Amino acid sequence: MSILHTVNKSAYERNALDSCLGHTKPGDSVLLIEDGVISARAGSVAGDKLAAALGETGVSIYALGADMAARGIPEDKLVDGVKVVDYAGFVDLAAENDAVEAWL
Amino acid sequence: MKFGILVNEGPYQHQASDSAYLFVKAALEKGHEVTRVFFYHDGVYNGTSYSVPPLDDRQITKQWSELAKEYDVDLVLCVAACQRRGMMDDGEAERHGKGANNVAEGFRISGLGQLIETGIQSDRLVTFGD
Repeated sequence: MSILHTVNKSAYERNALDSCLGHTKPGDSVLLIEDGVISARAGSVAGDKLAAALGETGVSIYALGADMAARGIPEDKLVDGVKVVDYAGFVDLAAENDAVEAWL
Repeated sequence: MKFGILVNEGPYQHQASDSAYLFVKAALEKGHEVTRVFFYHDGVYNGTSYSVPPLDDRQITKQWSELAKEYDVDLVLCVAACQRRGMMDDGEAERHGKGANNVAEGFRISGLGQLIETGIQSDRLVTFGD
């Protein structure tokens, strides 16, 4: 059973991303939305955690493009391996996984 | 696929209602069914007909009402959350001796059981909040 985890806060504001990454299983997906996308910037403390999670835990990590654009984060500044999706992609992820867990 | 949606935050204060609206719209446009959007806590403010935002701003309540009309989406406001926050339909206003109905078109007030039902009847429950 795979889970789509959504994280909507920056890792510099709350510990939702850490909590989330501590609970993911191989095959799960993590989608960064709203201020959550701030964590996906390459070369940052949170970005390094995401890069480690991508390499070690077998999870896929996604970021919502509209929320990145609203915060001035271009795609080429993202951690390698983080995939950008739009709202239709968010819907697809929610459908493809067996459950959706919001880390509020 | 059937999606149930939970919105826990009010409009303009937090992005949750914008994110939820855009998710619901995308799901409906892809041909999925949205069984119900349940508004809980400050989320009930999404359904006030007394909201008059500046014309060049997002018309969040109106957007929900239009979506409900176009796709027949059930927009439910939690009754206990409404009572605490001054949201009333005709029945509630009469019961509490208040003079107005401020529930916008397409929304209705009902109980928390509707959230549980949505969780049971939907394939996925997606939560938006703070």
